[in-house]
Amino acid sequence: MIEGIVGKKIGMTHVYSEGGAMVPVTVIKTGNTVVQRKTREKDGYDAVQVGFLEKTEKRTNKPLQGHFKKAGTPCFYRLTELKGTDLDAYQPGTVVNAADVLKPGDWVDVSGKSKGKGFMGSMRRHNFRGGSESHGSMHNRAPGSIGSSSDPSRVFKGMKMAGHMGAANVTVQNLQVVAIRPEENVILVKGAVPGAINGFVVIKKALKKGDK
Amino acid sequence: MGVMQDIEKDYIRTDMPEFNPGDTLLVKVRIKEGDKERVQPFEGIVIKKRGSGVRATFTLRKISYGVGVERIFPVNSPALESVKVLSRGVVRRAKLYYLRELRGKAARIKTRR
Repeated sequence: MIEGIVGKKIGMTHVYSEGGAMVPVTVIKTGNTVVQRKTREKDGYDAVQVGFLEKTEKRTNKPLQGHFKKAGTPCFYRLTELKGTDLDAYQPGTVVNAADVLKPGDWVDVSGKSKGKGFMGSMRRHNFRGGSESHGSMHNRAPGSIGSSSDPSRVFKGMKMAGHMGAANVTVQNLQVVAIRPEENVILVKGAVPGAINGFVVIKKALKKGDK
Repeated sequence: MGVMQDIEKDYIRTDMPEFNPGDTLLVKVRIKEGDKERVQPFEGIVIKKRGSGVRATFTLRKISYGVGVERIFPVNSPALESVKVLSRGVVRRAKLYYLRELRGKAARIKTRR
């Protein structure tokens, strides 16, 4: 079994559970095609490369066109390698749908690229407290001291400072699959998922949950 | 966004009556206490409707023992056993927040028909 699936976030809404409770869900469109089978003999590790979201050959560059032609599949926007067990069933061209990998009630980890926030100050980026807003304070949103003086004469690596925030790979662990709709190839995951609408997400079996 | 609407369609209740801000409703809510279930009535004026699709909600306001009480209900919640329109009000705005400032006679709404 392949232990994940690639999808696209298409929005959030809520549904009602059987008990009548409101459940917030993120809707993720899936539907992967196996493009390449990575084997231990040839590549040194076992994995399956899947493609997601078809694109035309015209939009594909020459090296990738050759890659897809070899697999005998259409061209895809996103290629991702996924691990799993008994991967020999996943030869190039195999279609992997949501219902093949997941079922309602499963726990999953969802990774995606978070929304970019641009250059952010230390208060926004690292939740610094900032200074006083009044009483003549001029230390309003400044980070404060970033270290000692002549010893060590430098700023330590990893010091939390202002800088670029967001647009990084983020994983949210332990979300529950609420429903799978095979006719639309859509997964409903409880809670929020990193990234903007139309962003790619990778759904994997939860690392820290269940009987795996 | 066709897929989103298809998903929401499955959860939208079709047995809801039409109502607008200013109307007086009697809502019966199913409440779970432990493993017992009972029905609690709530009667009030619709002061606000917001959202669309499954996410739509409405707010009811009533005066209970001299204290203003507002409660927000999701329109499509299965916890709503029934919604009955008791009277139709004549109002000139969509959000009746001004009722919060008014008491007694001034807080009445003219009814239609």
